[in-house]
Amino acid sequence: MKEELIISGRMNPRIDPELAIWHWEIPFYLFVGGLAAGILFFASFYYLRGKANEMPNTVKWAPLLAPILLIAGLGALFLDLNHKLYFWQLYTTIKLQSPMSWGAWTLLVITPLSLLWCFSYLSELFPKWNWKQKTLSRFETYLVGKRKILAWIMVFFSVILGIYTGILLSAFNARPLWNTSILGPLFLTSGLSAGAAFILLISKNNFEKQLFRKIDLIIIGVELFFIIHMFMGFLASTQVQIDAAKLFLGGDYTLPFWIFVVFLGMIVPALLEYLEMKGQKIPSYIPAILVIFGSLMLRFIIVNAGQVSRYLY
Amino acid sequence: MRYAMAIDTRKCVGCSDCVVACQIENKVPEGFCRDWVVEATSGTYPKLELEIRSERCNQCGNAPCVRCCPTGSSFYADGGIVLVDPDKCIGCGACIASCPYDARYVHPEGFVDKCTFCIQRVRKGQRPACVEVCPTNCMYFGDLDDPNSEVSIKLKERKHKTLIPEAGTDPHLYFLI
Ligand code: SF4
Ligand code: SF4
Repeated sequence: MKEELIISGRMNPRIDPELAIWHWEIPFYLFVGGLAAGILFFASFYYLRGKANEMPNTVKWAPLLAPILLIAGLGALFLDLNHKLYFWQLYTTIKLQSPMSWGAWTLLVITPLSLLWCFSYLSELFPKWNWKQKTLSRFETYLVGKRKILAWIMVFFSVILGIYTGILLSAFNARPLWNTSILGPLFLTSGLSAGAAFILLISKNNFEKQLFRKIDLIIIGVELFFIIHMFMGFLASTQVQIDAAKLFLGGDYTLPFWIFVVFLGMIVPALLEYLEMKGQKIPSYIPAILVIFGSLMLRFIIVNAGQVSRYLY
Repeated sequence: MRYAMAIDTRKCVGCSDCVVACQIENKVPEGFCRDWVVEATSGTYPKLELEIRSERCNQCGNAPCVRCCPTGSSFYADGGIVLVDPDKCIGCGACIASCPYDARYVHPEGFVDKCTFCIQRVRKGQRPACVEVCPTNCMYFGDLDDPNSEVSIKLKERKHKTLIPEAGTDPHLYFLI
C-alpha cells in the first residue's frame, strides 16, 4: 500500500482536491482557434492553387467566420485571466519557450490578417455593398491586389495556430496526459477536420462538397491513427502516463471520450461521408455537425482530464 | 549562491507549525497556504512505514513555471529563488498547470502566489519563517555553494531524496531519509 495525505489541511481553491485552474474558457479558446486555423488554411491553400472561383465557399465565404471565431477566442482567453487589467503584459515580451506567449502573438497576427482577407472580398460577395468613404473602397482595391501575399502569410500562420492549440498543453510536463508531443499534430488535424466540416456545412457546390468529403475522410483517418498512437505511447511509458491513459481505458473519461469524440465525432461522420461519396442520399450537415461537435468535445475532455492526471498523491 | 532547504523526515512530527508561521510571516490570504505537511504511509499492516514531509515550492533549477510563463512574471531571483512579479502577472494559470508539485495558487487579488523561501528575511541574513519556528529543528536552510552552510553539511552527512526528480525540474528542496 502507498498512501499520501496532506495532513495540514491544504485546500487552495482551484488546486485542491484536484487541479481545476481552467474551466470552459481554455478548451473553448483551443476549439475556436483550431476551427479558425482549419478554415483559414483551406481558404489560403486553395486560393494559392488558383481555385478561388471554382471553390467560392472555401476561399471566400467560410473565412468570414474566422475573425468572429478568433475574436471570441481572444475574449474567452481574456475571461480566463485572473489579473485582467495586466492583460497588456502579454504583449511586452516574446518568450519562445512559452507556448502561451507565442500563441498570443500568433493571434495578434492572424486575427487582423483574417479581417483583411474578408475585407478584400466584401464587395465581391455582397454586390450591393457600398463603402461610404472613398479611402475604404480604395483600401479594398489595394487589398485585392495583395491577396497573394496575404494568402502566403495566412497558410503559414494558420498551421502555426493549429499546432499551437495542441502544443499549449503538451508543454506542461507536470500533467502526464498532456505531456505528449502528439497533442500538437492531433489538435492540428482535429482543427483541419472541423474546418473541412464547416465548409461542407455551408457549401452548395457539388465539386467542393465531394472534395471536402474526401479530405475529411483522410484527416479523420490520420486523427484516429494519432489517437491510437497516443495511447500506445502512454502505455509503453512511465507509471504516471499509464495512469493517465487509464483515465480513458476504464476510468472516468472512458465513455465521454470514446462515445463523443471517437464514435460520434469521427467514426459515424466518416461512415456517413463515405456513403455519401458512394451516392447515398444523406443530408451533409449531419456528418459536418458531428465532426465539429467531436472536435469541441476533444478539447474539453483533454483539458479536463489533463488537470486530473498528476504525479503526486 | 544557490539557496536550498533540507528537511529531516525522521524528526518532523507533522505539527504544521511551519504552515502557520508562513501564513503569518507572508500574510497568506485566509484559506490558502504556501507550505503543507504530507503524511505518506507505505507497506502492509502490521509492517507500515510512515514518512512525514513538510512541502513547499521546490525552487526548481529548471522550473517549468518560469519556462511556461508568457510574460516573464515568474523569474529566477537571487540564489535561484523563483519569484512572481505581481505587476507583470496576468493570472493566466500557465505556471499553475506546469508545476508538478501544485505549489502555486491564484491570490484573491488575481496574481499568482507561492513560497518565496521568505526572500525578505533571507536578504537580511535571517532564515525562512518555517525553518525558524520548527519546534523539532528539523529544517535546514542555506547556500549550497558554501560547503560549510547548514544545508550543505546535512546533505553530506545524510541520505536524501527530492520529490519527482523524473519531472526534470531540478528541485532544491531535499528530504533527509
Ligand atoms: S516547485 Fe513548482 S512553483 Fe516552485 S519552482 Fe518548481 S515548478 Fe515552479
Ligand atoms: S499566471 Fe502569472 S506568473 Fe503564472 S504564467 Fe501566467 S503570467 Fe506567469
